[in-house]
Amino acid sequence: MNGNIFVNFPFIVVAILLALGFYTIGFKRNLIKVVIGVEILEGAVNMFIVAVGYIKGGYVPIYTQAPQEAVGRMVLPTPQALTLTSIVIGVAVTALMLAFAVNIYKHYGTLDITRVRRLRG
Amino acid sequence: MIEHLPALMVAVPLFGAFIAPLFKKHYKGVSMWAALITGSTVILSLLLAKEVVTNGIMVYVFGADKPSIVLPSGYAVPIRIMFEVDAMGAFMAISATLMSFIGAIYSYTHVEKEAGLEKYYALLMLLETGILGMVLTGDLFNLFVFLEIAGIAGSALVGFRNYRGEASEAGIKYLIVSAVASLMVLFAVAILYGQYGNLNLAYIAKNVSFNMVDMIALGLLFTSFAMKCGAVPMHYWVPDAYTEVPAGINPPLLVATYASLYALFRVSFTLFANVVIDLARVGWIMSILGVLTMFIGVTMALVQKDVKRLMSYHAISQTGYMLLGVGVGLTVLHDPSKLAEFGRDAMAGGVFHIINHIIYKSLLLMTAGALFYVTGTRNLNEMGGLARKMPITTISFMVGAAAISGLPPFNGFASKLLIYETSYRLNPLLTVFAMVTSVLTLASFVKVFASAFLGPPLEKFQEKREVPKPMVIAMVILAVLCILFGLFPNIVLDKLVYPAVDALINFAQYHSWGGLA
Repeated sequence: MNGNIFVNFPFIVVAILLALGFYTIGFKRNLIKVVIGVEILEGAVNMFIVAVGYIKGGYVPIYTQAPQEAVGRMVLPTPQALTLTSIVIGVAVTALMLAFAVNIYKHYGTLDITRVRRLRG
Repeated sequence: MIEHLPALMVAVPLFGAFIAPLFKKHYKGVSMWAALITGSTVILSLLLAKEVVTNGIMVYVFGADKPSIVLPSGYAVPIRIMFEVDAMGAFMAISATLMSFIGAIYSYTHVEKEAGLEKYYALLMLLETGILGMVLTGDLFNLFVFLEIAGIAGSALVGFRNYRGEASEAGIKYLIVSAVASLMVLFAVAILYGQYGNLNLAYIAKNVSFNMVDMIALGLLFTSFAMKCGAVPMHYWVPDAYTEVPAGINPPLLVATYASLYALFRVSFTLFANVVIDLARVGWIMSILGVLTMFIGVTMALVQKDVKRLMSYHAISQTGYMLLGVGVGLTVLHDPSKLAEFGRDAMAGGVFHIINHIIYKSLLLMTAGALFYVTGTRNLNEMGGLARKMPITTISFMVGAAAISGLPPFNGFASKLLIYETSYRLNPLLTVFAMVTSVLTLASFVKVFASAFLGPPLEKFQEKREVPKPMVIAMVILAVLCILFGLFPNIVLDKLVYPAVDALINFAQYHSWGGLA
């Protein structure tokens, strides 16, 4: 019983973070908070990938000079590589979004997305 | 040389993008450089298409001694990044390279007065890289990476005119939509990875068992790609982005949108094609989404005053035709008699409509860009009597408007007729909606034509002249393509479209890594 909850714990956190991220993107009016919402979503997805790749009691994935007992019990390196890539991409996306936010503040004088509405129709 | 083509397709524009910022003080030079690079990718993509159509699917493996080695020695699963090019991917690659080339030529004068051109061209080539990577890759995570490259480059270009607040507004809308969509793609990829322990499209497709978790992954992928290609409930970013982007970027941005459509087809046909039962339902969802998209898009276009915005809403409505055509094909995918009867033709209509639409919508958006270049406004009520001042733009506009409304002998007619004929066989109601949409499209373009080009010459446009040569050349190339594709649709259909459709239908061929494993 106890162990079961512990195994699923990362996934529960992922679900909570996803809900939080979508709530932030959907209902917050400040542009910076929307950007933070996208970041929370990204954190959730990254955590999901790492959690998927984890093996309980696994070894670090180094194939050369690995100890004998590690053979067959290594954590897969792919999910960690994926997470790294996705973090790098996420930083680029955030930087660009914040640059846009700065520019919008310069032109509109506000970050309230209900008042940043020159494009309509 | 030939066997390295898939890698070169991505490497050449990427190289071009990294070299471009070095031309900081030479704006003419960077324009020429962009035209050179994009032009050479056109040649590469034509070679690639020839190779794929004659010799079948091409597999390129990164990190192996020979490009044809798929599996590492001693393992039974593919662990390397693979590019797998079938006819559908080659078809999209031709569209992407051609449109980037046209966009680079058009930009030569269209943006010459703006600052930061070296970044503009670098982003243009980066966008091309992203599209090409998306359509050529055979690896799910790679698809996500290139999706993000295209999304970031595209939204940076949407916000290129950063002295206008509206451009930043449109840019951040596009970026948030694309970031959320691609994060959900990554989530679905992680789900599939957790299930099957691999990222290779073909490998997962062979092993897919369609349990509950797979259904969630399919739903996430379907929704995200529909969001990125501007299907109706998630279409709100399209008009803003297409309106604010410089007109020279419109063609590659259109292709970027349809690269997401390609990914949608790839997911529903290749990735989940082994699932027999539920695929008809997915096909129906796609068809109904298509009908809704085309109808809502066109009704919103009718009331617009901004000429580029009007055309952007038409872009949404035309996406509906492609969804309808391919959706009809997907509905009958596992019913061989119906598939041979009308499913294959419906998909040909949908796929043919992609390239046709890219051509004439780029043409129309470019004429809108030319109007903006000359008059300095996009408001239809402030224009008038421009037909005598800008004869070539007027003729290009008429060709584009006739093509988008589906008048013979222009290219829109050829693909729309295929869609009408075949969707009628599935359900007549679908055809009724498609035809009403066509009529409404024609109506709104008559409105544009009357208010912008006809009427008495206005005082304030007295000394305006035709747009400069590079813009004219780009528009004329596209107008000629419109007419050629309309006059000889059979050549394009036989050489490019039917091979692409067959590549989608014969998914088993894709699953076997092009006959290697």
